[in-house]
Amino acid sequence: MTIPNELRYSKEHEWIAVDGDVATVGITAFAAEALGDVVFVQLPAVGENVGKGDAIGEVESTKSVSDVYSPLSGEITEVNGATETNPETVNEAPYESGWLFKLRLSDTGELDALLDAGAYAELIKEA
Amino acid sequence: MSTSPLQDVHAELGANFTDFAGWQMPLRYGSELAEHKAVRESAGLFDLSHMAEIAVTGPGALAALNYAFVGNIGTVKPGRARYTMLCDANGGVLDDLVVYHTGENEYLVVANAANHDVVLAELTERAGGFEAEVTDRTYETALIALQGPESTAIIAEHSDTELDTLKYYAARPAIVAGLEVLLARTGYTGEDGFELYLPNAQAPELWRVLAAHEEVLPCGLASRDTLRLEAGMPLYGNELGTGTTPADAGLGRVVRFDKEGDFVGRQALADAEQTRKLVALRGTGRRAPRTGYPVLANGAPIGEITSGALSPTLGYPIALAYVEPGNAEEGTELAVDIRGRSTEPVTVVALPFYRRGE
Repeated sequence: MTIPNELRYSKEHEWIAVDGDVATVGITAFAAEALGDVVFVQLPAVGENVGKGDAIGEVESTKSVSDVYSPLSGEITEVNGATETNPETVNEAPYESGWLFKLRLSDTGELDALLDAGAYAELIKEA
Repeated sequence: MSTSPLQDVHAELGANFTDFAGWQMPLRYGSELAEHKAVRESAGLFDLSHMAEIAVTGPGALAALNYAFVGNIGTVKPGRARYTMLCDANGGVLDDLVVYHTGENEYLVVANAANHDVVLAELTERAGGFEAEVTDRTYETALIALQGPESTAIIAEHSDTELDTLKYYAARPAIVAGLEVLLARTGYTGEDGFELYLPNAQAPELWRVLAAHEEVLPCGLASRDTLRLEAGMPLYGNELGTGTTPADAGLGRVVRFDKEGDFVGRQALADAEQTRKLVALRGTGRRAPRTGYPVLANGAPIGEITSGALSPTLGYPIALAYVEPGNAEEGTELAVDIRGRSTEPVTVVALPFYRRGE
């Protein structure tokens, strides 16, 4: 299972790429594999202010529906509309073209609570 | 946890496993959508060894089955099979199952894995007054299904048995790939196909021979569920349960009040009033109604989704739901409450959603 070293992770199986005060968020390869084929993605609206832990979107696979949680607080600056039209992108390239949304962080201190690749690998070993 | 005799084969293939009715079974091997598509367009191979096989034999076997089940097993000729149900005294469905007439005074009952214990106990009790013996063969019997338009050509390559005369819902002993099997033309996918029953020890060999065909894709339980849903077939635990009668599920035809003798549930089923009806719903967009979602008419709840998916073959959402009988007519416009956040319009349509050759 791919767990890129340069990314941070949440316990809700999301990855976070940080660039200054902007974070790009997607679901991990582990989550994508566990869901099965993704057939529907609903993303938040650009400009929306979200809090850490808020359910801001949904990912549906053939068999299940899962909430997408914002791992951090901030304002949604961009969403990856390509995943809404081609949901399979989330399975095919979860860390690349399957990213879900970007947000401008309101509190970069929240980054400290995220997991690094090693800690995330431990987390999914228990799952 | 029980494991299939094909466990090692699945592990080699990198299967994603699921716990199903006390069995560890493959959920999917790769993409469940690709597996679904393979069954519709070419052929899919399923391990169904978790299913319960129970033999009922003896001079009183037929009478025992006619008392135990709601269907008329007396009209099932040797070499044929029948879909029927086991009901309780209140008319509730304990299981839906297939009965194969495998020989003189010999029947094989194939039940859902989740209901193995109930079916075995009920059959044993109900056969008590008859000259019949009930024997559990579940843990020694493997079941491999080959489903899809290419199935016949593939089986024909490995068997001399004449497949033209093996009609839908027929079964006969045959040699396939040099192995003795009960070869049945049955399935749960809406496609032509076969189910092969054989002793556990031979299952890996049969699997490997069939899987070696390049047009065959191993398929897990995830695709089996979307395939059966498209074909409009009920799933026990979703559309059927002790709180439903066969008629509720639109399967009143399986109850044969015209057969000789009493059967368990007869009086209750004859007296039952239908308070809800199973309907097929078609949606728009990509959001699938899911099990448990409320069904609304003019904003008010009138029913509940029992199964739903974005149909892989048709590309639109499909679902089965129980609704109040007044809202069950084809063409009725209803809505589904999606997690309390939004509603999606749906229309009552005819079953099945998908029919092969169309």
